[in-house]
Amino acid sequence: MSAMSRLQVRPIRSSLRDCLWSLSLILLLLGVHPSARAQDWFKTETSSGAERIRLAAANFRPSSADSQTAPLKNTFDTTLFSDLANAGIFDMVSKSLMPQATPGTGAELNAADWATAPTSAAMVAFGTLGTQGGRLVVTGLLYDVKNAQYPQVLAKQYNEVASEDSARQVAHRFADEIIFRLGGGIPGIAETKIYYVRKTGSNKEIWEMDYDGANQHPITHLGTVSLSPRISPDNTRLAFSSLGRDGFQIRTYSLLLGRMVNFSSVGGTNLSPAWSPDGREIAYSSSRTGDPEIWVADSTGSLARRLTSFRGPDVSPVFNPRTGSQLAWISGRTGLPQLYIMNTDGSAITRMTDGGYATSPSWSPNGQFLAFAWDRKYGPGAPGGQDIYVMEVATKRWIQLTHDTGRCDFPSWSPDGRHIVYANTADGRPEHMRVWSMLADGTGKHALTGPGADMPNWSWK
Amino acid sequence: MNFAKSTLGKAGTVFAALALIAVTGCHKKSSGIDTSSLPPAVTAAPAPTATLTADPLAIDLGQSVVLNWRTQNATTVTIDGIGEVNANGTQTVAPSNSTNFHLVAKGDGGTTEANVRVTVRVPVAPTAPANTDGDMGSEEAFHRNVPDAFFDYDSYELRPDAQSAAKTAAQYLAAHPAIRVVIGGYADERGSAEYNLALGENRANSARTALIAAGVAPNRLRVISYGKEKQFCTEQNEACWQQNRRAQFSIDR
Repeated sequence: MSAMSRLQVRPIRSSLRDCLWSLSLILLLLGVHPSARAQDWFKTETSSGAERIRLAAANFRPSSADSQTAPLKNTFDTTLFSDLANAGIFDMVSKSLMPQATPGTGAELNAADWATAPTSAAMVAFGTLGTQGGRLVVTGLLYDVKNAQYPQVLAKQYNEVASEDSARQVAHRFADEIIFRLGGGIPGIAETKIYYVRKTGSNKEIWEMDYDGANQHPITHLGTVSLSPRISPDNTRLAFSSLGRDGFQIRTYSLLLGRMVNFSSVGGTNLSPAWSPDGREIAYSSSRTGDPEIWVADSTGSLARRLTSFRGPDVSPVFNPRTGSQLAWISGRTGLPQLYIMNTDGSAITRMTDGGYATSPSWSPNGQFLAFAWDRKYGPGAPGGQDIYVMEVATKRWIQLTHDTGRCDFPSWSPDGRHIVYANTADGRPEHMRVWSMLADGTGKHALTGPGADMPNWSWK
Repeated sequence: MNFAKSTLGKAGTVFAALALIAVTGCHKKSSGIDTSSLPPAVTAAPAPTATLTADPLAIDLGQSVVLNWRTQNATTVTIDGIGEVNANGTQTVAPSNSTNFHLVAKGDGGTTEANVRVTVRVPVAPTAPANTDGDMGSEEAFHRNVPDAFFDYDSYELRPDAQSAAKTAAQYLAAHPAIRVVIGGYADERGSAEYNLALGENRANSARTALIAAGVAPNRLRVISYGKEKQFCTEQNEACWQQNRRAQFSIDR
């Protein structure tokens, strides 16, 4: 199996395509073959470049016999396997193909059993889990079963207050250690969070969950409509926009203080905040002049400066997280909304999409790609739907990640750049919107929430 | 002077004139007998005599009045506003306001004038009750005079009907200076939530601009975009989406 996911790309054709159909016809008549359909190859970065490692995540051996251990061990085993499978860089051994024995220590591991068919594992994660005096004690090991001389790759010990949540968190931490070690030194995402909008009655509040959809709980209780949550790069503050008496305004919430913190209010509708990668600035859409434009202010809303000045909606800015010196955003200056990029001083405006209805950009952590929602044939009665796309910024080449699954919106990259979380409603009804996760090549799609969840935003770490 | 003759009045005038000729013919006959007894005509011509009456003297607006005049020894008789008339005659007139009818009879013996005043009771137009500062008008009257503006798909340009409605709305708001207005911008459920909020802002601002251009003070207008967060209609068809693509006006309380 190839280490890279290779995906076919249809390059963007001329932005004047619609206007030049007659010219194309003439060229066709002259026997000139339009070269615009030339094929190319494109890859998404879902691995470090090594072959996918075949990994077996064994059920851990219980090290205590009390009634608490079994359910905690079940949670741990399930979470660990799920985290490693979700990582997208392993060829996971199905649990049904593993040997019956559950080794707890290196001495108990019969390497040959695991290395030979049908298990055929290269690496085995195993260990012990038990409770001692209300504490959860876990020993996690990772063995290279093809290395007879020095098989141990990792050995970790965890000691936490025993609870379902800590069993899950310990599994996440051990999974991230394995992913970091075997995935080319890129930190795993099993300990990251996803912030999203949850509809409750006529209100929408900001909620938080683990990256795998577990532990869903509300953050705000404002009793109004709050949208577009964006977590700060240091995971301490949330920026979002909230409906008040004067319309939507940018609000900020401190996760450390557990309360709202000040963000200066100005006139007009203020929307879609985005943190700069250094956490010092917030870009957002503000219509204080009567027209929605992109502005950048510091994290308290002061020292605001305007970047765009073009009639029509300008909204949904996002910083290039690698450089902090570019913004992507959505502008309706030519009619239907299109994806643009510019420098953070407002210069070098470049249009990225050549038509359709493009919204909700998210810039990949390595700065190379933009994920966004796009309906390429938007219009009354037009076929097609709104899907998630990834575009390479340097070349404007794109790939489509979702197909025929209803309306998709609000993609957000994971910090490792291997995953994208997004919102999807199969029948187009807004109340049926759920948050989904997939690998950045469009595989491994799975729902994280039930209906009524929207606008996910993945934490920076 | 400003009055109109009715068709009926003209017909009446003709009949009256015929009757007059008949009557004067008789008089001439009878007076002819007495002519010899009168002093010779070469003596100084007598001054004309003139009488002018109106019946009735006071009318309501729209009703008519019959003018009746008699002159003697006059060669030309004129009434201001009617022009030259017969020596004796009647005319139906319908003045639109109170009028002094002025008759001038000129003869060899001099000039004689006669006047009659016709009073026209003009009904006092029911003046609108003076708008006190607190008068907000009724909710129903507000929505009738300040109707919501609807927009084309993905557009924030006001349609022509909404442009003209803005003028009516501005007049209503001028008559009710206490009203302040919230303009809500809305979008249909298609497309993206963030973009639709910006689009709703542009829609509400288009309506605001039209009202300001029609004379409404900017500080009476407040704009809020709701995008697709608040929907008037939740079905998935064009009729319903059209309901949601609007700028909604409501009284800012």
